[in-house]
Amino acid sequence: MSAAVGPGLEIRGLTKRFGGLVAVSRFDLTVAPGEIVGLIGPNGAGKTTVFHLVAGFHPPSEGTIRFEGTSLVGLKPHAICRLGLARTFQLVQPFAGLTTLENVMVGAFNRSREVAEARRRAGEIVDFVGLGPRRDVPARHLTLSDRKRLEVARGLATEPRLLLLDEVMSGLNPTEIEAIIGLIRRIHGCGVSLLIIEHVMRAILALSHRLVVLHHGEKIADGAPAVVARDPRVVEAYLGEAGEAAAR
Amino acid sequence: MTWLFFQAVVSGLLLGGVYGLVASGLSLIFGVLRIINFAHGAVMMLGMYASYWLFVLLGVDPYLSILLTGPLFFGIGVLIQRLVIEPNRAAAEHNQLLITLGLALFFENLALVLWQGDFRTLRVSYSGASFMLGDVLVEVPRLIAAGGALLIALALWAFLRWTDAGKAIRALSEEQEGARLVGIDVARMRGAAFGIGSACVAVAGALVTPFFYIAPDVGESFNIMAFVVVVLGGMGNFLGALLGGFIVGLAESLGAAFLPGSLKQLVVFALFVIVLLLRPQGLFGARGGR
Amino acid sequence: MAGRLAIAVGLAGLVAGPPLLPKYVLEVLISILFFAYLGASWNILGGYGGQFSFGHAAFFGIGAYTSTLLFLQLGVSPWLGMLAGGGLAAAFGLFAGYLSFRYGLRGPYFSLVTLAFAEMLRVVAVNWKAVGSSLGLVVPRRGSAPLHFVFAGKLPYYYVILGMVLGALAICRAIERSRMGYALVAVRENEDAAEAAGVNALATKLSAMAASSFLTALGGTFYAQYFAYIDPSLTFGPAISIGGLLPAIVGGAGTVIGPLLGSFVLTPVSELTRAALRGRAGADIMLYGLILILVISFLPNGLVGWLRGRRPAAGRAA
Repeated sequence: MSAAVGPGLEIRGLTKRFGGLVAVSRFDLTVAPGEIVGLIGPNGAGKTTVFHLVAGFHPPSEGTIRFEGTSLVGLKPHAICRLGLARTFQLVQPFAGLTTLENVMVGAFNRSREVAEARRRAGEIVDFVGLGPRRDVPARHLTLSDRKRLEVARGLATEPRLLLLDEVMSGLNPTEIEAIIGLIRRIHGCGVSLLIIEHVMRAILALSHRLVVLHHGEKIADGAPAVVARDPRVVEAYLGEAGEAAAR
Repeated sequence: MTWLFFQAVVSGLLLGGVYGLVASGLSLIFGVLRIINFAHGAVMMLGMYASYWLFVLLGVDPYLSILLTGPLFFGIGVLIQRLVIEPNRAAAEHNQLLITLGLALFFENLALVLWQGDFRTLRVSYSGASFMLGDVLVEVPRLIAAGGALLIALALWAFLRWTDAGKAIRALSEEQEGARLVGIDVARMRGAAFGIGSACVAVAGALVTPFFYIAPDVGESFNIMAFVVVVLGGMGNFLGALLGGFIVGLAESLGAAFLPGSLKQLVVFALFVIVLLLRPQGLFGARGGR
Repeated sequence: MAGRLAIAVGLAGLVAGPPLLPKYVLEVLISILFFAYLGASWNILGGYGGQFSFGHAAFFGIGAYTSTLLFLQLGVSPWLGMLAGGGLAAAFGLFAGYLSFRYGLRGPYFSLVTLAFAEMLRVVAVNWKAVGSSLGLVVPRRGSAPLHFVFAGKLPYYYVILGMVLGALAICRAIERSRMGYALVAVRENEDAAEAAGVNALATKLSAMAASSFLTALGGTFYAQYFAYIDPSLTFGPAISIGGLLPAIVGGAGTVIGPLLGSFVLTPVSELTRAALRGRAGADIMLYGLILILVISFLPNGLVGWLRGRRPAAGRAA
């Protein structure tokens, strides 16, 4: 995997309206090469919508999205992937009828035209994420934890310089979470920048260089994890949610 | 020229009423079961044969026969749904479509085997009756068919709106899990929805027998019309199906008046393709998503 | 390697057997291979691509009419006319496919739109004097003119369709193992995930459409030359559309051998039914409908899926 070059991801004034509902409002975000940025916020804050907008699944209502200087707005998802930006989905989406290796090969074909080469590279990635023993298992027979790794592997096979991870740790037990944290560190070590949506607080606090907090579609904090975690507005946003839950 | 236009408008509206009823049944089935029922036209064809044989063998007037064929085909519809469709409700969408295709093939060719492919016609005393509305000729059987179709559609609407069973069915088309949670017998209602849809289309068949030919493949053209109407009116949108029926009837009729040969069908198909591409949720909006 | 041996034996039988067979059996065999060919062609878009076309007769008819008209009007050999027909069909397929996929038609809606396109072509043909309208076109078939795709006797036609089937299956196998094959399956299984993994879903589906429509059109030319008569309802009608997809579905969509297997099961059933119930047209299709329902209900991956399921399998199932 090659090291990131150029200015990385730059989002300015991103806004998305669905009919009368404003999902994301004037959102600014940068991810510099080599950074791990955590995107957090209460449920429904608009985090996954941001991913959909960046990766090309929804067109933004307003705002600009540039990756390494190139505008992503209006590009189809596959074109954005070709530019070096890969994403995973919150609800894992394996190709159920293909094996682990074959799943990853689909991503590998982004950079390799030949089947044999794609298979070889996919094999390396499968080993890298720790799915080596299960390379020939049909994806539908994988456990949730393995499917999450598969999702990441498929994205890695496209040789991204920026990887968007959407709640990759949800539904995992503490041991599995530790393993994923290790995997993310290894990925970062290869020179890939990361933008991570996560609810597992200790993981995101440990991994991120910077934290960005989204609430009702608006950014309410952006800075070092330790600082953001103590920001009263952030605590309010989360407590507000917890407070409602407690009151019920 | 204007006379031709008005004649076409009247004919189109009259047949459109029947299309509306056929489409309502299809729309209901889609709204509740989320399947596009390829066998819809075949059931209409069977309904036409049922009325035909009741007339030929027992002298039952086709319009009266709906009192018999309606309940009969409701039962047949429920049976089909229970036996064939319900067991496969978790299957992939395209597989469910193929199952209804299989049903269509089965029924159409069952009719072919039993009654051969010759066209039959049903002549009642008033088959040729007509009157003039200004310069326009109105054929009585077509008028009765349209009127009957609208009445039945209205009754269906009232049923869905005001009866408990109807409300249950509507709830089901909006939200399956929620309906189950409030105690609605989902399986039974799904069967009922298919039964009602089948009854509607069989009755529509009865209504057209005095002026339409009867043959095993007659369902195919109504099938396609029904799809066009439902797509036009919006899948699952009941009122849309009725309005769509009139629009399609008009399009077909105007096409027949002003285009040579059987090119009228092109008008309808072109409309179909255009709507599917540009406004797949239909002119009046679909319910329950696309 | 029992599988390889079986294939070799089967192939040898298919090549060497026919000269020894009685005429009737040969006709049935040609029929089986014909529908296997249509199924294999359909399979590229339908089985591998997951886009179920109910209107493949559109391409079949284009192929049949193009080569026949070129032959009748300009004396062009159907061997060449076949390619022209294929090209035209592929162009139409790309047009129809682009409209459909670009506007996001999937699943049943795609099936309906393809049905509409086939019906539109049928109506045009019925109303167009220059192509013979409902009366159709008769293809000259006296004597033997191999360069013009005219043979005396059935045996040469058998070998032609055998070659076509083997070619189509080889193409399917090549696609299955290629980059395009992986892309097709990915798009079929999960289009959004495929896009996110860098697969151009639109281009992938259009490629499948082009290949599928081209091959189907060649089948149309074969039909025209073998039966020596074509008309709108025979070539653009639902019988061909359904006749192609049934063997693929029953045999196993998205597999190489599926359409062949499916046709070997379905076509003899149809022939036997028709022979047994002489004069009772439709009994065979009735049975098809029943078989389709049973297969979908109990063997959703077709016969191949069922046979493979009995042994632990590696590799891609549909």
